[in-house]
Amino acid sequence: MSVGRFWLLRGISLFAAAGSLLAANALIAWLRATGWVDDYTYRVIMLCGINILLAVSLNFINGITGQFSIGHAGFQGVGAYTSAAFTLASIRWFQERGLAGTSLGDQILLASAIVVGAVSAALAGLLVGIPSLRLRGDYLAIATLGFGEIIRVTILNIEAVGGARGLKDIPILTNFLWLYLVVFLLLALSRNLLVSVQGLGFLAVRDDEIVAEALGVNTTRLKVIAFVLGACFAGIAGSLYAHFDGYLNPDNFRLEQSIIILTMVVLGGQGSVTGSVLSAILLTVVLEWLRFLPTITLGGRAFTPSELRMVFFSLMLILLMLWRPKGLLGQKEFGWMVLRQYWRLLRT
Amino acid sequence: MEAFLQQLINGIQYGSIYALIAVGYTMVYGVLRLINFAHGDVYMLGAFVAYYIIVGLQIDKHPSVGNFVFVLLMCMLVCAVVGMLIERLAYRPIRHAPRLTALITAIGVSLLLENGGIVVFGADPKYIPTIIEPAQAGESGLFVSVGQMIMLVVSLVFMVILRFIVMNTRFGRAMRAIAYDMDAARLMGIHVDRVIALTFALGSALAGAAGMMVATFTSVKITPLFGLLPGVKAFVAAVLGGIGNIPGAVLGGLLMGVIEAFVGGSALTTYRDAIAFLILILVLLLRPSGILGKAVTEKV
Repeated sequence: MSVGRFWLLRGISLFAAAGSLLAANALIAWLRATGWVDDYTYRVIMLCGINILLAVSLNFINGITGQFSIGHAGFQGVGAYTSAAFTLASIRWFQERGLAGTSLGDQILLASAIVVGAVSAALAGLLVGIPSLRLRGDYLAIATLGFGEIIRVTILNIEAVGGARGLKDIPILTNFLWLYLVVFLLLALSRNLLVSVQGLGFLAVRDDEIVAEALGVNTTRLKVIAFVLGACFAGIAGSLYAHFDGYLNPDNFRLEQSIIILTMVVLGGQGSVTGSVLSAILLTVVLEWLRFLPTITLGGRAFTPSELRMVFFSLMLILLMLWRPKGLLGQKEFGWMVLRQYWRLLRT
Repeated sequence: MEAFLQQLINGIQYGSIYALIAVGYTMVYGVLRLINFAHGDVYMLGAFVAYYIIVGLQIDKHPSVGNFVFVLLMCMLVCAVVGMLIERLAYRPIRHAPRLTALITAIGVSLLLENGGIVVFGADPKYIPTIIEPAQAGESGLFVSVGQMIMLVVSLVFMVILRFIVMNTRFGRAMRAIAYDMDAARLMGIHVDRVIALTFALGSALAGAAGMMVATFTSVKITPLFGLLPGVKAFVAAVLGGIGNIPGAVLGGLLMGVIEAFVGGSALTTYRDAIAFLILILVLLLRPSGILGKAVTEKV
């Protein structure tokens, strides 16, 4: 492919993406105005986006680089708390200049909060990634679990961010456009990495670390990069969540949350970016939908759907491992490439 | 000095419980190379079985040694059966799958027991009425309760029995053979599936005993999630002692309990739950084979 053609195609796809993002934003705004999309549905749509960020960023560590982290909620927590603390600390500065509440001021505030969350989570990822390099497999899993818990207990003990009471009154700044813009950026990054020379290194580390090292791949460096990038986007997801919900509690970032993210990656197929996206959406919607199941009365006791949600979740995880450990898509991707392949097959 | 001794006593008492749970982790890891995440939840089940038997049969109104032994044995029996069921239904089908598949399954089983527990037992905390007098200050000024002493003695007895089973019986020999080389053990005519099932039964029974004793002799709140932290800490204890090594698990458990008691008694008390993970990460980085474990080199 010539260079000109490459940039032409890249430009077209960028324009298409930006266009569809803006169109979707306008559509959502219109649907909300007409009442077709109520507040609850909007919340689910936003949660889908946040979970996509979390799943795809964990997929980066677990799926693409073949490491195993069950402390992802910790990184999300770091991002959420630092960005929220930043916003709460700097909002006065914005208010004094009459910027708070204005569209421009909010955008600047949110963008800088995201950057703060991303950088601090990336630093946490670096901190976890470097010592974790000596570990592999289940030991790495346990160590990341430990780091996740340490992060949570530390947050719990910082009185400045509310400790166990949680952090209240975070300005609500996240909107559809910002969230899905970040989702798009992450997806583009993952996709481009997977088809590039640099990305092959990550895949090599996953497939056989020893061979990769023997062939001159700097496995140490790549593993740290994977951890930092994964943590960075988890932190972004956290900051967007903080400014969407307006309330943070250390309990949001327990081991259970890490496992929910892990399940999304495993269900989609470890290593498949589109798989993570699909299963993040699927699980978010299904888990929300389970809330509306009628209460079941059995033997004189009432079982509320919210109790059964997590039972369903854990059963699904076990059955998935027993019957289809590869997940929905395995390591395959679903996208234009696949469609193009089918098209070629049809033509020949 | 008194404070020091008091924390030491408390630490050894917690530690003996951690040791009982850690032994189960280490045995399962020894034979299957699997971190049985659900082990802490089996401990939780033991506590609930004790609660239902004691409250249901009103044993708290008629405390006697015979009744306690009955409750203890029932808890161990129920937990042994649950442990074998978990192995049969969840772990056996994926025994030859990659280790991370097994790990994810174990996490799933743990979640299932916790959330199943919330559905079956309810999320509200339960208490077993106080049966044995709480700790009284003795002449030396130290608080030691009868319950604490019972826990310590019973744990020690179980350790001795376990030692005997592992070192001096056919089953124990078969277990050690499987831990050494599963395929060779099978070729030597060892019924691998049966021995693994019994290993789960043994480990789960010990966890059940630990759960029963904690629930009965201390005034702890029993909730479906109450096995999570002790489980993880016992796992850390097993890693600290050298995973796969039974005396190591006991040593690690006691150390863990004592360290935690001292941190809990110091100014850092709110970080008590994090200290286990700090130990874990330090052990994994500095000496991954643990105190008593042997370093294993990985073949290429």
